[in-house]
Amino acid sequence: MASNTTYEHDVIVVGAGGAGLRAAIAAQEAGADVAIVSKLHPVRSHTGAAEGGINAAIRDGDSWEDHAYDTMKGSDYLGDAPAIEALCRESPKETIQLEHWGMAFSREEDGTVSQRPFGGLSFPRTTYAGAETGHQLLHTMYEQVVKRGIEVYDEWHVMNLAVTDEDDPTDRSCHGVVGYEIRSGEIAGFRARDGVILATGGMGQVFDHTTNAVANTGDGVAMAYRAGVPMEDMEFIQFHPTTLPSTGVLISEGVRGEGGILYNGEGERFMFEHGYANNDGELASRDVVARAELTEVNEGRGIEDEYVHLDMRHLGEDRILDRLENILHLAEDFEGVDGLEEPMPVKPGQHYAMGGIETNEYGQTCVDGLYAVGECACASVHGANRLGGNALPELIVFGKLAGHHAAGEEFEEPEIETGKRGDYEDADFEAPVTLGERAAGADAESTADAAADGGEAVTDPDAVLEIAVDREVAQVEELLEGDGVNHAEIRSAVQETMTANVNVFREEEGLKEALVDLREARDRYDDVGVSDPSRTFNTDLLHTLETRNILDIAEALTMGALARNEFRGAHWRKENQIRDDENWLKHTLISWNDGDPDLWYRPVILEGENKRYEPKVRSY
Amino acid sequence: MSTQVPQQTDETDAETEPDAEEEPSKGDLRREKKAERAAEREREAAEADPLAGEDTRELKVFRFDPEVEGKQEPRFDEFHVPFEKGMTVLDALIYARDTYDSSLTFRHSCRQAVCGSDAMFVNGQQRLACKTQLSDLSDPVRIEPLPHADVRKDLVVDMQHFYDQMDAVEPYFDADELPEDELEEQRQSRANRETVKMSTRCIWCGACMSSCNIAAGDNQYLGPAALNKAYRFAMDEREGESRKRERLEIIEQEHGVWRCQTQFSCTEVCPKDIPLTEHIQELKREAVKNNLKFW
Repeated sequence: MASNTTYEHDVIVVGAGGAGLRAAIAAQEAGADVAIVSKLHPVRSHTGAAEGGINAAIRDGDSWEDHAYDTMKGSDYLGDAPAIEALCRESPKETIQLEHWGMAFSREEDGTVSQRPFGGLSFPRTTYAGAETGHQLLHTMYEQVVKRGIEVYDEWHVMNLAVTDEDDPTDRSCHGVVGYEIRSGEIAGFRARDGVILATGGMGQVFDHTTNAVANTGDGVAMAYRAGVPMEDMEFIQFHPTTLPSTGVLISEGVRGEGGILYNGEGERFMFEHGYANNDGELASRDVVARAELTEVNEGRGIEDEYVHLDMRHLGEDRILDRLENILHLAEDFEGVDGLEEPMPVKPGQHYAMGGIETNEYGQTCVDGLYAVGECACASVHGANRLGGNALPELIVFGKLAGHHAAGEEFEEPEIETGKRGDYEDADFEAPVTLGERAAGADAESTADAAADGGEAVTDPDAVLEIAVDREVAQVEELLEGDGVNHAEIRSAVQETMTANVNVFREEEGLKEALVDLREARDRYDDVGVSDPSRTFNTDLLHTLETRNILDIAEALTMGALARNEFRGAHWRKENQIRDDENWLKHTLISWNDGDPDLWYRPVILEGENKRYEPKVRSY
Repeated sequence: MSTQVPQQTDETDAETEPDAEEEPSKGDLRREKKAERAAEREREAAEADPLAGEDTRELKVFRFDPEVEGKQEPRFDEFHVPFEKGMTVLDALIYARDTYDSSLTFRHSCRQAVCGSDAMFVNGQQRLACKTQLSDLSDPVRIEPLPHADVRKDLVVDMQHFYDQMDAVEPYFDADELPEDELEEQRQSRANRETVKMSTRCIWCGACMSSCNIAAGDNQYLGPAALNKAYRFAMDEREGESRKRERLEIIEQEHGVWRCQTQFSCTEVCPKDIPLTEHIQELKREAVKNNLKFW
C-alpha cells in the first residue's frame, strides 16, 4: 500500500519519552515547527517506569563540579569530560525547570524539593518524586507539549531514516524518516527541513531478564547504525542489582538510598561481611553490587540458588509510605511479597545501555541533520557504568541542547568528534563467524548503501525521502506476503544466548558462542514471515521489524565485549579482571560498512573545561 | 514450542479462477492463500492438545479484525496455556500469541503497571492485564476489549475519545507567576503535595472511563480520568486563584462534575487506587464554594 502522503516539519523528533518531549519543547521554543513521531502514545513511554530520581547540584554544600567528579569516577573514566560537564552544569536549571512546570516532587518542610543519597554520589543530590520520579517527569513534560500544541503522531513506528548516500558517512545528511502507522498500515514520509532527533530509548529487549518495556527494542540505534552512524561503547550494559526475580520489574535504588539492606541466604549483610564495599556497602555503585549479589548466588549463599534479599522493614511504615510507596505495590503485585512484613527477593537484571548512537555534547551525529538523545545516544556521559539518578538529567539536558541545536541556534564548536575521522585506531578483531549482512525484505536497507555500487549519490532531499519510503513499502509487502519463521522464535533465541553469554560475568568462550548463535539467528531471520495478513494494528509485523533491530544491536554489543579484554565498570572479563588503562582508556565504535560491521576505537576525553580528570582506582 | 510453518510452494497461477470483471492481482491471490494457511494452522493448533497432563488455564479471548475475512464477525477463541505460579493475564496472552496465533493483538509495553496500555475487560471487570494474577481468576478466563470504546482489532480499542476528554480540561500546570530566579523553586507545602499526590498517579489506562455508566450514556461527559486531572491542577496551591476559577468553570459545565452519580465504579477499577469518586466530589464542593462567592 504505497502512500502519497508526506508530512513536513522543521524538526522531527522520533520517540516521546523524556528526551523526545524535552527536545520537542526546546525546538519549539527556538522557533521551529516541530512534530513528534512515536511508536507509543507519549504517556506510554518507558521514562514513566524510572523510579529513583534526578541528580542535580541545587543545594548549598554541593556543586556541579562535585557531581561531574562523581560521574567521571562512576564511569570508570570512560566518560567524555565535555559531555559530563555539560550534564552536571545544566542539570540544576533543568530540574528546577521541571519544578516550574508543576512536577510533583517530594518536598521538605520548607516546601523545597527533597533530595536523597544514591549510589556513588558524594552528596545526597538525587531529587525525587516518591519512587515514581519518571512517571511524574514524563507526565509533566507531556502536559507542556499539550500546552504548546506540539503535533504528535502517536502509534507511528519509524522504520527508517532518509539519509543521502554519499560513500563516506560523514558526508551524508538526513532529511526525514519513514513512518508506519500502526493503526492503518499506512507508510508515509516525514520530511524534516532542519533536523531529525532520535530519542527512541533503551534496547533491553536484547536480554530476557530486563527492567525495560517490551517496546524497548533499540529501533533508533539500529536505524542510525544502518545509515552509517557509529554505535559507541555498546558492550557497556548496566545490570541493575535490584530487580524482581520473576519479572525483571525494577526495585528502585531509592530503597538502598533510604537505608535498605541486602542479605544473603545465610542472613549475612554480604556487602560488608564479604568485603565487596567496606565503606559504602549497599550504596556502592551498581556494577559492584550486581557482581556481589551474583557471586553470593554462585558460591551457594543465595536463596533458591537465584536471588538475595532486600530488606526495608526497619525503615518504618511512615517513611516507606512517604518515599517508597510504589515499591510496596510492585513487590505485592508482581512477587506477592509485603515489603512492610518481609524482605523482598531481588537479583540483577538488564537495566540500561550506557552505549548507543555516537554523538557530541549537542546530540549531533556524524550525519548532518541527524541527532540522538537519551538512552539511545552515547554522548558519552555514563562511560562504563551509569550512576543511579543520572539518566533523567541526561534526558532533559541533552534533549534541550539537541532541540535548540536542531532548530538552528548557534553553539560553540563541539569538543567531541563524531564519525570515523581524525584520531581513531582500527581494531584488530577476529570474529568466529561472518557478521552483519542483509535485512529481510530488502537488499539495501538504507539509502546510504547505493553509492557503494558506484552509482550517483542522490542528494535531493525529496528524492532521498521517496527512495526511503519505496524501500519500506517493498519490505512490508514482502514480509506480509511471505510465509515463514515466526519472529518470536528468533527473538527468544537472541535473548537466551545474550543472557547466557553476555551477562554480568563474561568470558571469551561464551562471547564467541553468542556470536555463533547470533549468526544462526540472522540466517533464520532470512526466512522470517508475518502470518497476520491484516493492515490494522499488525503487531506481528511490528515485532518482526523490531527483531531485525535486536539482532544488529546484540551483535554489536557482543563484538565490543569480545574485543575489550579488560575489566571496566559494568564490563567484567574472566580472562583479565583488572582495569587496563594503558590499553583500554578508549571508546569502542562499530560502523555498518556496507553490511560489514567495522570495529575501531577513539581515545577518551579526560580534559574538562578547567581540569583534567586523572583515572584513579575506583573503590567504594 | 515451535510454530514452524510448513513450506508452501508459490504456484498460485494453477488455481486461479478467471474473474469476469477484474483479474485479481498476484498479490491478492497470495494474500488469500496466506489467509487460508493461517486459518489452517489455527485449526490444527486448536485440535492438537500438546498440553495434556500439564496444569493449564483456559482463555476465552475476543477476536475481531475488520480487514481479514473470517474475522470480521466478532467471536471468542479458546487458548490453553500452561500455568505457573505468578503468571499474569498478560503473560498468558503473550504465550498464546507467541505459541499459537501471532495475529492475536493487544497493546502492552512496560508490564509493570505504569504505561497503562493493557487495560482490558477480564472476567467482567476492567483490569490491567499485567498486574492481574491468573490465580485470582476463575477458569475459563474471559478476556475482552474495554467496553464502551470502539474496537480496532481483537483487544485493541480506539483511545482517541479518552485522549480528547483529557485534553478538554487543559491538562497542564499553568502558574500565575514563577520565581524570577531560574534556580529557585515555587515551593509547595507537604500537605498540598499530599492533597494532589494520588491524582498525579493516573496512567491514562482508560479503565475508569470504561467502567462508568454515565460516560457510557453521555459521550460528552468529561469522565473520571479527565476530572481527576482537573482536580490535580485545581487543588495545586501553586497555580493561583484566577486560574483555579477558570478550571472550576471548565468542570462545572453541563457535561462536567454534576453528571457524576457517585456510583464508585471508577474508583473500584482504578489500578493505581486513585480515589476518583472522592476527587470528583471534592471538585463539586469547590464548585459550590466558587459560585457562592458570586451569589
